[in-house]
Amino acid sequence: MNWDWEKLKERQDRKGGKGIPPQMGEFFEKIKELKLPGGPLIIIIVILAIFFGYSTIFKIEYDEVGIVQRFGEYVRTCQPGLNFKLPAGIEKLTKVRVTYIYKEEFGFRSSRIDARDRFSSESENINVSLMLTGDLNVAIVPWIVQYRIKDPFNYLFKVQDIRKLLVDMSEAAMRLVVGDRSVNEVINKRNEIAVEARGVLQKEMDNAESGIHIVTIEMKKTNVPGPVQPSFNEVNQAIQEKETMIYQAKEDYNKAVPAARGEAERTIKAAEGYGLDRVNRAKGDASRFMAIYTEYAKAKDVTKRRLYLEMLRELFPKLGEKFIIDADQKNLLPFLNLGKQKGAK
Amino acid sequence: MKTKGIILIAIIIAILIGFSSAYIVDETEQVVVTQLGKVVGTPKKEPGLYFRIPFIQTPNALPKNLLEWDGDPGQIPTMEKTYIWVDTFARWKIVDPVKFLETVKSLTSARGRLDDIIDPAVRNFITSYRLIEAVRTTNREMDIVEMGMDAKTQEDHKTTYSISTGRDKITKGIMEQAMPKLAKFGIELVDVKIKRINYVEEVRKSVYGRMIAERSQIAEKFRSEGKGEARKILGEKERDLKLITSEAYRKAQEIKGKADAEATILYAKAYGIDPEFYSFIRTLEIYNQALDKESSLLLSTDSEFFKYLKGYSFKP
Repeated sequence: MNWDWEKLKERQDRKGGKGIPPQMGEFFEKIKELKLPGGPLIIIIVILAIFFGYSTIFKIEYDEVGIVQRFGEYVRTCQPGLNFKLPAGIEKLTKVRVTYIYKEEFGFRSSRIDARDRFSSESENINVSLMLTGDLNVAIVPWIVQYRIKDPFNYLFKVQDIRKLLVDMSEAAMRLVVGDRSVNEVINKRNEIAVEARGVLQKEMDNAESGIHIVTIEMKKTNVPGPVQPSFNEVNQAIQEKETMIYQAKEDYNKAVPAARGEAERTIKAAEGYGLDRVNRAKGDASRFMAIYTEYAKAKDVTKRRLYLEMLRELFPKLGEKFIIDADQKNLLPFLNLGKQKGAK
Repeated sequence: MKTKGIILIAIIIAILIGFSSAYIVDETEQVVVTQLGKVVGTPKKEPGLYFRIPFIQTPNALPKNLLEWDGDPGQIPTMEKTYIWVDTFARWKIVDPVKFLETVKSLTSARGRLDDIIDPAVRNFITSYRLIEAVRTTNREMDIVEMGMDAKTQEDHKTTYSISTGRDKITKGIMEQAMPKLAKFGIELVDVKIKRINYVEEVRKSVYGRMIAERSQIAEKFRSEGKGEARKILGEKERDLKLITSEAYRKAQEIKGKADAEATILYAKAYGIDPEFYSFIRTLEIYNQALDKESSLLLSTDSEFFKYLKGYSFKP
């Protein structure tokens, strides 16, 4: 191989035979003699051959493609593996990593060091993430953009500083989306924002023929600026308090109302009981009367008399004082001090 | 030997001339060839290998692809005199390389021109619109309706936060204003975007104050809503209790009344057969029940019961 020859020669030239064992020296001499007939021209040709060889064979890694330009003009895309091209000066190779997922971070500390802006890097993170929301509040929105090169040709040739374009566009897209949302939505609906921002950004990148595919936009924790945070927490707390109060009232309600329903049921049942009692008694009384009447009708006078006497027999022993006055006796009543007798008892 | 030397020199010169007459136009470039400072031929826009007359003609390579312009962020008052920071960027292209070369020459000076033209346009537009117009793009319904707001505040919010122009139209307007001025430099403005809009420091503080006040008001509203809701439930409780008991009472009375009526019918039907007899036996019953030891009885021998005390033959 040419390469080996060259190396040997170089070593030989440098060392000039010093310290090389005599046999070896002889060996080199022989080689020198062998080559000499061609003269220095051969050496030049060999050097050129090595140079061309080195610049014609190249390897493309599994996650790359090679873009080859001949005299500046794009000619072909090389797939992973061993590839050949015309020597340097005629064809130029640029490798592009097409499967690799690139990442850009916005608005938080793990961010890369960059000098892409005219802002000082100290306030950079704050400035990136501080945004105006659609209700003119201020929110802090940090996020990550992951992207991949989908069209190496466009990626290389269509935009001058493609990373800066991506970074600026990401910010513009995110602010566009956040600018149309209230601070509540910015805090609670991060996914929705990420999806929409991705859409906007992808559209812009396509418009610019950047050859970039936005894989995903991932939202980090969105928040309101530090001084405002306690008041936002207070709202959450108030919501909790509100719910607690409502639950307590419901508890009260539930304690009383079902019990009252039971009580009402009881009242109604009792009334029904009364009704049944009343009707049954009436029926009983009526039947009894009818029964007596049937017999009475058969012998009215006797029965009437009998009933009267029976009553008296029953009543008489129960009574306290009894006075029997002759029907012919008059003016007895004045002597009978009923009131006094009662009082003396 | 002498001729050999001349030939060698001639070859070297030929190679040199060959090399210096060839030039490459890259995919990202376009080349304008000038001859002693004057433009010759049409600009080379297609990539590839080209030739020129060495030493006399110079190839001037200019980018063909999309270029970036980053605006100087500056304080600008909006129509309602709120000071904000606005940071814009734009993308542009050299569409007429000859004009570009004749007028601005280099990219650096081109950026200067862009600064001179776009920055004032941005300023013009921002100052002539309300802040909200630059922040929002659409009149999308936002979830600002805290449960804590009354209808009037909500209505106010709607008008405060609704837009008639929007960011898209503002940036378009900026572009339209800047574009004709850039045409004479062979520059085409592809778009202008607002990258950032932020309140300036002092305004930010008062905005924070407003946000805090707004939140506290919402929190209070929630609390009093909670109280109100609780009271309402307690009221419901009282009402329901009254309703339940009174309804039960009504039902009970109805049932009783019905039963009483039925009983009355039954009694009337039975006793109606002989009211006289009914009152007779009923009276007897009452005597029996109403009179007791406490009662004194004064009876005459005239009475039915004692008439026989005077003699059995007695005829009344």
